Amino acid sequence: MNASSATPASTEASRTPFDSSAPWRLHPRVALRPEPFGALAYHYDNRRLNFLRSPDLVALVETMGAHPSPEAAFAAAGLDERRWSAFERALAALAASDFLEPA
Amino acid sequence: MTALTEELKLGLDAPICLTWELTYACNLACVHCLSSSGRRDPRELSTDEAKAVIDEMRDLQVFYVNIGGGEPMIRPDFFELVEYATSNGVGVKFSTNGSRISPERAVQLAGMDYLDIQISIDGADAATNDRVRGEGSFQTAIDAMENLQAADFGPFKISVVVTRENIGQLDDFQALADHYGAELRLTRLRPSGRGIDSWHELHPLPEQQVDLYHWLLAHPQTLTGDSFFHLNALGDENLPGLNLCGAGRVVCLIDPVGDVYACPFVLHDDFKAGNVRDSGGFGHVWKASELFTELREPQSAGACASCGQFDACQGGCMAAKFFTGMPLDGPDPECVSGHGEVALSGIGIEARPQSTSNHSKPVPVALGATRV
Ligand code: SF4
Ligand code: SF4
Repeated sequence: MNASSATPASTEASRTPFDSSAPWRLHPRVALRPEPFGALAYHYDNRRLNFLRSPDLVALVETMGAHPSPEAAFAAAGLDERRWSAFERALAALAASDFLEPA
Repeated sequence: MTALTEELKLGLDAPICLTWELTYACNLACVHCLSSSGRRDPRELSTDEAKAVIDEMRDLQVFYVNIGGGEPMIRPDFFELVEYATSNGVGVKFSTNGSRISPERAVQLAGMDYLDIQISIDGADAATNDRVRGEGSFQTAIDAMENLQAADFGPFKISVVVTRENIGQLDDFQALADHYGAELRLTRLRPSGRGIDSWHELHPLPEQQVDLYHWLLAHPQTLTGDSFFHLNALGDENLPGLNLCGAGRVVCLIDPVGDVYACPFVLHDDFKAGNVRDSGGFGHVWKASELFTELREPQSAGACASCGQFDACQGGCMAAKFFTGMPLDGPDPECVSGHGEVALSGIGIEARPQSTSNHSKPVPVALGATRV
C-alpha cells in the first residue's frame, strides 16, 4: 500500500525542540479524520500522514491550542500523571513533523 | 508486528491509498500494464460523474487520491478534474508516461497547488526502458522531466517498476532522480493485467531480490508504496512501511467506468466490490460491500503458518498469488524462502486467471516488440 508519506514522524529531526510547558496548537493545515483507533491526521503542506492512536490523544491534539501548555492540557483532561510522558512523546513526534506548531 | 498493523487490518472509515484510473485510453502499450490499458471504454465516467466521486472523497475526508490510467492526461477534462479535486481538499498525485507534458502544460502544472506528478520509466536507458514501454518512450519521459524542470515545477517523482532487466540500474535511477531534484519511487512488478504473462519473464530473480532488499535498506528515503514487504523475510531489519496487504482495508481502486476493486493490482471480477454509480456510491462500497467486509476479517496464514518469517512478510501479495494461480493463503510466488518457486513450478499456464477487464489495443504486445 502507499503509505510512503506515513513514515513515523519520530524519524524526522525536530526543528523546534518540544517544550511541554510552552503553548502549542494544531497546525492550521492539518485535518483530522476520525477512525476506530483514534484518528488519521493529514498535513496539507508537507503531505504527511500520522496515526493518532488513542481517542485521548485525539482530544488533546484538538484542544491543545486552548491551553497555555501541553501539561496544562493533560491536567485539564484529567489524565493520570503516569501517562503524561507517553503523551508528551507522542506530541513531540507530531511537533517534529510540524503537525503541531508553537502557539 | 505493531498493534497499528492489526488495527489497520480491520479496515478504516475511508481509504488511505485510493487510486483512481481516469481512463483506459493510452498511447503506449507497456508489456506489464496492470490495467491492460489501450482503448478508451465508452462507459467511462462523465465529467459530472467524476466530480460527484470527488465530492464523495471530500465528504469521506480522503485527503489525497492517486490518479492514473491508462494515460490520465488524455482525458479532455483532466485539468478540470484535478482542479476540482484540489480545490475541494483532495490532493492529487498523478502518474503519467509524460507524453502530454509539453512545455506549456508543464508551466500550467507548476502553477497548481497540492499536485504531485509521477513520471514512469522502467529502464535507466532507452534500450532497457523501451523494451518494456515501447519505442521512443524513454525520450518522451525525459522530455517531460526537462519540461517540468524548466517550468520550475519542483520535486516530482520518477516511478520505476523493478524488473529482472532494470534491477542492476538502481544507482542509475537514483542518479537520474538526483539530476532532476526528483524523488525515486520503486515498486514491485505484479503479474496483473498484461503482466499476467510478462511477469514470468520479467520478475526479479531470487538473488536479485536479495540485492534489492539491501539496496532499499541502504536508501531508506526511496518511496516504495510499501511494495516490497515480502522481502522483510530476508533479514532482521524490516523495510520502512506498514507491512501489510492493504487491499480493501486501507487501499482500493476506482476504475474508469466506476468499478471499485480491492487494489489496483486486482482488476478481476473476483475482487470487484461494486460501482460508484450504485446507490450509496463509493462510500457504501467501501464501508459495506461484501468483498471488503470479507477482506477485513482475519485471514488464514495457510501454508505460511509454519514459517518463522510470517510476521515479517505476511505471506506477501494477494494479487501476485492470485494471478499466478496460487492459493491466496499460501506463500507469495516470490517468497524469499523459495516456497513460491516450488509451488509455482507445479502450476500450468492454463491455471492462470485471465484478465476480466482487458482494454488492450488489438495488436500483439510482446517484450521488445517494435510497435507502430
Ligand atoms: S513461507 Fe510465507 S511467510 Fe514464509 S517467507 Fe515465504 S511467503 Fe513469507
Ligand atoms: S494485493 Fe498486493 S498490491 Fe494489492 S494491496 Fe495487497 S499486497 Fe498490495
